[in-house]
Formats: sequence, structure tokens, C-alpha cells
Amino acid sequence: MISRGFSPTGIRFENIEKRYGGLAALRRIRFEITPGECIALAGRNGSGKTTLLRIAAGLVRPSSGELTFPTAAEAASRSSKTETVRSKASAGFVAHATMVYDELTAEENLLLFARLQGTPNAAERVEKLLHEVGLYDRRSSLVRTFSRGMRQRVAIARALLHEPSILLLDEPSTGLDPQGVAWLAASLRQLRDVGCTILMSLHGESEISMLATRAIRLDAGLIVADTRTVAEVRSILTFADA
Amino acid sequence: MSLLSSTTVLLGKELRTEFRSRELLTTTVVFILMVIVLFSFTFDPTYNESRRFGPGLLWLAFLFAASLMLQPCFLREQNNDTLSALRLSVSDPFAIFLAKLVANTLFLLFTEVLMLPVFAVLYNVPVLRVLGQLLLVFFLGSLGVSIAGTALSAISAQARMRELLLPLLLLPLLTPVLVASTQVTVGLLDVSPFMEWKGLGFLVIFDVVFLTVLWLFGEYLLEE
Repeated sequence: MISRGFSPTGIRFENIEKRYGGLAALRRIRFEITPGECIALAGRNGSGKTTLLRIAAGLVRPSSGELTFPTAAEAASRSSKTETVRSKASAGFVAHATMVYDELTAEENLLLFARLQGTPNAAERVEKLLHEVGLYDRRSSLVRTFSRGMRQRVAIARALLHEPSILLLDEPSTGLDPQGVAWLAASLRQLRDVGCTILMSLHGESEISMLATRAIRLDAGLIVADTRTVAEVRSILTFADA
Repeated sequence: MSLLSSTTVLLGKELRTEFRSRELLTTTVVFILMVIVLFSFTFDPTYNESRRFGPGLLWLAFLFAASLMLQPCFLREQNNDTLSALRLSVSDPFAIFLAKLVANTLFLLFTEVLMLPVFAVLYNVPVLRVLGQLLLVFFLGSLGVSIAGTALSAISAQARMRELLLPLLLLPLLTPVLVASTQVTVGLLDVSPFMEWKGLGFLVIFDVVFLTVLWLFGEYLLEE
């Protein structure tokens, strides 16, 4: 899925707050993801998971607080760089929406984003990813003719184009069939094992949630649980929606 | 990736998606054609009336057609949240605006050039001898419409009453462009054609000022 050329990067949230008018979407979010960690975000709808992921991706500016992206060396020395540029350059983001164009083919979509990101050997990289997501035979079909699961595969391929050191996934198994979920879980496992930092929002337990080495539960914009023990991680993911 | 390279890649995407769907071009061509044909038969203007009122009618049709064209400009980026994907991919967000406004200008110019012979025939106005100057006015006017329209399309796409908001903001803002473009076109279609330099100068200044403002503040318009 990915050949390693990155330095593992973590994310540090320091008192992040996000308000939309009078509504507080996130409150006093303070935690650190060490480079290479795989974290599952759980919580009810509207608990702030998507906002947190979009802030980490650099798409939403926090109302207050600071977001930093320390590399492994910086994490050890407690220093870090603050710029969003690093987030953009190092993060791959899979959102609720597919973030690809229905009027373009799968190949055209991936080539477009690869070129915009300045991916070296864009055509080769796209071809490789299309093979890996199982869409090579449908590469010339318009995305609008794809099923939800196939679109999600294109979305995941788009997020992996630039070999990100941080992967942000908002309910990544949406629309995927059991084979698709198994493929995604295997891919994420491979990425986690080579040091990619993964932050993903999930609902319930699945093959993908088994990858998480840590779980954080949000409720009304606040972190209400943060655990690394296997039993508690499973408990958080299973009962987060309850 | 440089601003120019990103803009070129994005412009390619804009042109490809439009020529595949022909959504914007069809709408604007049909709208302008309807206005020109309807007014021609309703008022049956004389030779002199055509020269006096024709340019205003033509630019009014262009302006309303442009507001139709500009509406989906950023709106269709919201369908699959592709705007977020673009924001994550480009190093300079101005490239997103630049590609869209160049595409809009090209679409608008294409429509105008297509409609000019229809206007000339139906209103009995000779345009060949001033074709070069007319294309210059069309270009400067369309560029002004596209710059302001693309910026306002980005703003209105995030608002609740988006379909209503764009024309509400766009039409008053573009009134000076409409007046200047019409003045210059009236001069060019006169029995003794002349160039209204003041109007042309205003169009150049409008384009430069609004492009600079978009370059400086465009990034904020894309934020959620």
C-alpha cells in the first residue's frame, strides 16, 4: 500500500476549542498522539468527532488553542512545529463525503489530486493505487456510475496518494461491503505497522476498530474517556453510541 | 507546486467537467438567445434604436446569464465536499479561484462570441469592422463579471439562502461594469465608431482591483 519515505509525525492538541456561534462543538481538547499511534475516536452523533478530525486536517480553524505536529524526535524533546502546512503536507483525510468528482473517472480524479499535491511519478502511483483498491478494471468509468463502496475505495486511494504520515479517517468503512472492510483493515494495519499515525472516528466494533491501540470518547465536545487498555478500548467503541 | 501549475491542472478539470456535462454553456446560450430573439420580435427596433439600445440589452443578457453560470461554480464543489479535497491538495488556495475565474471568463466569452452574429443579424447592426475592439470589451467586461462573481459564488455557496444571495450581491456590484461595458459598446456600434476610453479604463481598473482583493483575501472565503 505504501512505501516508506516519511518521518513519523504525531499530533498535539493543546486546549483546542471550536465554537459555531453560541454552540461549543469542542471544549478544552487536550491530548497528544505519538507518532505511529492508532487512535479510535468514539462518541454519539454531534459529539465533535468530525470537527476534531477537520481541525487536525487543517480544514477548520480552531476558535482557540494550538495544534502542533511533532515528529518522533520533536515528540521526545517536547518541541514541535505549529504550521498547518505540515498538516496539509503530511495528512491524508477521508471524510463522510467522498471528496472526489462524480463527473471524472476514477483515474482522472486520482491524477488530478496527485498532480495538485506534486506527487512524483503521479501516473505510476495512481495505477498502483487503482490496483490496490481493486478498481483498475473500472479506472475509465465515471465515478457517478460507482456504488457507494466503490466511491469510498476511490476516496481512500485519494487520501493515500502522497503517502501520508498521518491518516485522518471519518467513519472510513461507510458503504464498504465485508470484503471492502477486510481490505481496509488490512491496509490500515500495514500502514500502522510502518509507523503511520492514524486517527479515525468509528461507530461500534469492527475489523477496523481492532487496529486501535487507544480509544478516546467524546461527549458534547469534551473528552470523557481516554484509554489504552485493550478491554477498555473495546468497551468504549462498543458502548459509545449507547 | 507553483500557482501557475496548480491553476493549469485545475483549469483542465474545470474545462473537462463542463465539456462533459455542458450544463453551464447550454443554460447561458439558451438564456441569451431567448432574450435577444424575444426583444427583437417584441420591439422590432429601427436601425438607430438598435444601435442605441442594443448594447444595453446585450450586456443585460450577458449579466443575467453570467449570474446563472456563476451560481453552481462553488455549489457543485459542495456535493461531495471536493472543495475540502482541493484545499488540502493545493499549496496556494488562490489557484482554486484563478482556475474558476479563468474558466468562467472563457465560458462567458465563448457564449458572447457565439451570440454576437445572432445579435448582429436580428438587430441589423454591423459588427465586423469593430470586431477586434468589441472582443476586447467583451473580454474586459466578462473578466470583471467572472472575478466578482467567482468570489461571491464562494461566499454564497456557504450561506443558507444561496440561490437568492448570489444575484442579490452580484447585480448591484456589477452595475458599474454593466454601465461601462454598455457605454463602450454603444460607441463601437455607432455610425461613426469610436472607442470610449474612459469606460475601457474603468473596466481595466475594476478588473485589477477586484483581482488583487481576491488574491489577498480569497483564502478566507474558502474557510469553513
